[in-house]
Amino acid sequence: MSKVNITIDGKPIVCEEGEFILNVARANGIFIPAICYLTRCSPTLACRICLVEADGKQVYACNTKTKEGMNITTTTQNIQTERRAIMEVYDVNHPLQCGVCDQSGECELQNYTLELGVDSQSYSIADVERPIKDWGHLHYDPGLCIVCERCVTVCKDMIGDNSLKTVPRGSDAIAAKFKETMPKDAYAMWNKLNKSVIGLTSGEEMLDCTSCGECAAVCPVGALVDTDFIYTTNAWEQQKIPATCSHCSAGCQLNYEVKHTSVASNEEKIYRTSNEWNYVSLCGAGRYGYDFENRDVEKDETAFNAAVAAFEKADTIRFTSTISNEEALMLQKLKELKGYRLINEEARTFKTFLDNYAAVSGQQLYGGDLKKAHDANFVVSVGTALKSDNPNARYAFNNAIKMNKGAGIYFHPLKDPVIEGIGKGVFTAYHKPLREEAALYLLLDLFGDKEKLPSDVTAYLASFHTLKTITVEETVKEKVVEKVMVKKVNEETGEEEEVEEEKTTMVPKKVSKEVEVDENRLLELLDIDAQAWDDFLDKNLKKKDAFALIAGPDLYTHPNAKNLARLCALVEKYTDFELTMIPPLSNTLGVALICDLDSEAGDYSIGYNTKGDFVLSALGDGDLDMPAMNQQEGTLTSIEKRVNPTNAALPYGGYELGDIANALGLNAKYAIDYTAQLPVEAGFEARDFDSLPNRFENDGTEVRGYALNNVAVATGDEAVEKIDEALALEGENVIYAANPVRQFTAFTMKPHQLNEESGIYLSPAQLTAMGVAAGDTVRVKTAAGEQSLKVVEDNKIDGSVMCVTTFDPNIKTEELFGAYRFATASIHKEG
Amino acid sequence: MSLEQFTDRNVQQHYFKVDIEEYPQTGWDRFKQVVKRGLNGELFVGLWVVMREMIKFDIHTVQYPKEKLPIGPRYRAVHEMQRLFESGTERCIGCGLCEKICISDCIRMDTRIDENSRKEVTEYTINLGRCIFCGYCAEVCPELAIVHGPRYENTSEQREHFILFEDMLTPIDMAIKGEQKEYPGFGAVTPNEDARVKKTPLAY
Ligand code: SF4
Ligand code: SF4
Ligand code: SF4
Ligand code: SF4
Ligand code: SF4
Ligand code: FES
Repeated sequence: MSKVNITIDGKPIVCEEGEFILNVARANGIFIPAICYLTRCSPTLACRICLVEADGKQVYACNTKTKEGMNITTTTQNIQTERRAIMEVYDVNHPLQCGVCDQSGECELQNYTLELGVDSQSYSIADVERPIKDWGHLHYDPGLCIVCERCVTVCKDMIGDNSLKTVPRGSDAIAAKFKETMPKDAYAMWNKLNKSVIGLTSGEEMLDCTSCGECAAVCPVGALVDTDFIYTTNAWEQQKIPATCSHCSAGCQLNYEVKHTSVASNEEKIYRTSNEWNYVSLCGAGRYGYDFENRDVEKDETAFNAAVAAFEKADTIRFTSTISNEEALMLQKLKELKGYRLINEEARTFKTFLDNYAAVSGQQLYGGDLKKAHDANFVVSVGTALKSDNPNARYAFNNAIKMNKGAGIYFHPLKDPVIEGIGKGVFTAYHKPLREEAALYLLLDLFGDKEKLPSDVTAYLASFHTLKTITVEETVKEKVVEKVMVKKVNEETGEEEEVEEEKTTMVPKKVSKEVEVDENRLLELLDIDAQAWDDFLDKNLKKKDAFALIAGPDLYTHPNAKNLARLCALVEKYTDFELTMIPPLSNTLGVALICDLDSEAGDYSIGYNTKGDFVLSALGDGDLDMPAMNQQEGTLTSIEKRVNPTNAALPYGGYELGDIANALGLNAKYAIDYTAQLPVEAGFEARDFDSLPNRFENDGTEVRGYALNNVAVATGDEAVEKIDEALALEGENVIYAANPVRQFTAFTMKPHQLNEESGIYLSPAQLTAMGVAAGDTVRVKTAAGEQSLKVVEDNKIDGSVMCVTTFDPNIKTEELFGAYRFATASIHKEG
Repeated sequence: MSLEQFTDRNVQQHYFKVDIEEYPQTGWDRFKQVVKRGLNGELFVGLWVVMREMIKFDIHTVQYPKEKLPIGPRYRAVHEMQRLFESGTERCIGCGLCEKICISDCIRMDTRIDENSRKEVTEYTINLGRCIFCGYCAEVCPELAIVHGPRYENTSEQREHFILFEDMLTPIDMAIKGEQKEYPGFGAVTPNEDARVKKTPLAY
């Protein structure tokens, strides 16, 4: 990519070559009307309102790429006429009498109608019946739909579900008189619009998707609305509180939209969340899981005194990753003051992994981020159930493949129909659990710079290859000429006679060929079919220049985690892959950097949002109440290596961790007084909370908090262990500690719209194979322990691995596993 | 008085002078005026009129609160909630514009989706203790649902009693009998509305 000079409306602009005109204009503060285009998704040309003139030719700004010297005019007489006609068409049978529409003024149809000064209507067509659809968590009113296809586009290009498509509307044809008289683009756009409405790809009555709600968020009108929100309040009544989602490590930017509960109650309530959908896409947990606050808490002095006494007595503090950086720092300071042991296993293992990685890579943190994954054209994921571990990583994986003519490899033991649904660009390598090292070695083998790689690694990689002569059967088409007798009418005599004719046919024929092939035993270790693999690489490795690797939580608890971490560093160092690691939970990365964590607990522990002898809980079930993340201000560290600020959306009346810290000898009025004290040596900056922004620029630049400094660390050697080939989980029943999409922790269990059940998730095929039905209880036994779990049907997993949820603290599924996320189990139906 | 006269805001300048005698100019003139008025017994004329009318029992004083003067249609007193004439259903569609525009932020409402997929207003209140009777709510209402009625007194033991939706809503029997008066004041349809609206073409 190189920089080019263009002019838009006389303004000279320097931009990347090949960027869309619309994006360049937006980044430079020039307004071009556009309805159907979504940044980061492909242009659909549904609205055609983005017409501009480029070098004297009328083009669409959303799909025309910039070239050196391009001269662009955003409005001409003709374009203005087209645009006005387009808006008139949109207003046909949608007459802007918007009394109860849930868009309540945040409507692009209204805006553009006004912007283009549409004050009369020239077109008309008889409307057809378009009944309202109840799609479960979404409500679709085709009567309001302008068929911009943004919902379809975002679901396909960003989310990767492909759950929506256009279906026939069944309306009359547009009257001929309009075709002749109306502007050309307006007619073309109307013609398309008039033929379709939105329907479900599955053809079913109910939407069965990963329920992110992005489609409703991007809808420019009130056609697609969250069912739970319909008619509850107007957009303008709500106060938007900028925040950071605290459910997973993606740390998405979102707004909590807050208003009083009702006429009778002044108490603040969150009605919904909204996001800058052009630049960040939420998952269902962020979108619908907003009401996890700890309600109706008052200062309970007895409980507070008991808490302080418990802290005086305690020698251990257990806590989770749903905690702000500031709170983590308070705990660290308390540790320094009182000598507590700090226990947070996921953060400790992650930290160990990072340290092992750093010892080879020379930097504390992975070099990539999800932004780079979005921009890559070859993405690989290892060791993570992408869609549930970090939905945004999944979006990046999908988006890179869809938008950049990209390809991806998904290494994971759990078969995932959603990932497969991304399409031909993705290769799914369903290997046995514990074989993740082989996947990383395979990447080194394929992409590594063999010259520079440590020689023993190169030698080890070479040891997997054998040249073999094999006989392949090929089908070739052979030309066969045969003579056939055909009956023909003699034109002269008019009689039928037999004549001999030559007929050529192509007959498939099998031939055997001797070919020399390179056999790679790494493929065998990963259960990859060599033929399919070669075909995939043949097709998909061409013209790839931006590589991204997403490594996930399976690796951190792997028995050979240390080796995996070092291998990750080698991949990053000796291949073109940009490496991103998924922190296991919300603020695991922040905790790992701030706290000095211990592995052994003492005798008396305080549990913060987890079990302990004295429990502080934001879930409302402990000995002393704490504010939930939507009632706190503070910062969270995300996968993007960013420190993002979040604000309190709801009031909280009780004691906070800071109060306890103060009683124990620290001194700070607010939690955010600690923001500037976050450890600089770990990459944080000494910046005040109030100086941290939380927004996106028009060109998509993320202006949120600040980016962590990737601190350099001393390196040692680059030695890595060989694959322990004996290591592989096999057996009838392999279980995997993974949550359904939209569930992460007890905090995602609480919101009223997130109703996923806890238990053991089985695919429909597994249900049949095991002779159990959804709702049954099964006894799951592993080497580590046993549990009775409820069976839940899940059509978004497949294959032999079953998922055991971890989000529900009421069932102790962690007792089934060792450290690693996979285990073999015996499963029997109960009762 | 018809509505046309109210909405015709081009007040014509038909002024005429009241016949007033010359004002006294000098001190002497003023003295003469006082003496003249003091001595000619005008006082008793007035007293006699009072006596006479008292005896006739033909009293023109409005007997408030038993009697009330008719009030101009543009007077903005306590709100009323209108119903549809034919069906008697409430006119309010719950759009929330009155709540938004209210300058003293004294309207609140709760809405939900009902069984027929329509927006339903479940609670609606105006805090009349805070209302400044500006009329914006009536003017903005797209359904002519909220209007100002002629009731200008508020007495109650509780402020909360001023704000009940049921009290503002036209009683259903009145609506069905057609006794509900269309509101001619703020926000009402202007007489020349038809001429001003551009018609949308229809393909039926
Ligand atoms: S539902 Fe909304 S986003 Fe989807 S096509 Fe219709 S108007 Fe566009
Ligand atoms: S909710 Fe998300 S996954 Fe489901 S249809 Fe909408 S965009 Fe697609
Ligand atoms: S749960 Fe994660 S992916 Fe979903 S909205 Fe929150 S931060 Fe984003
Ligand atoms: S009259 Fe004015 S102050 Fe009173 S409720 Fe209506 S808008 Fe509010
Ligand atoms: S403006 Fe009128 S229709 Fe809208 S909510 Fe108020 S009273 Fe109801
Ligand atoms: S935005 Fe370009 S065609 Fe719609």
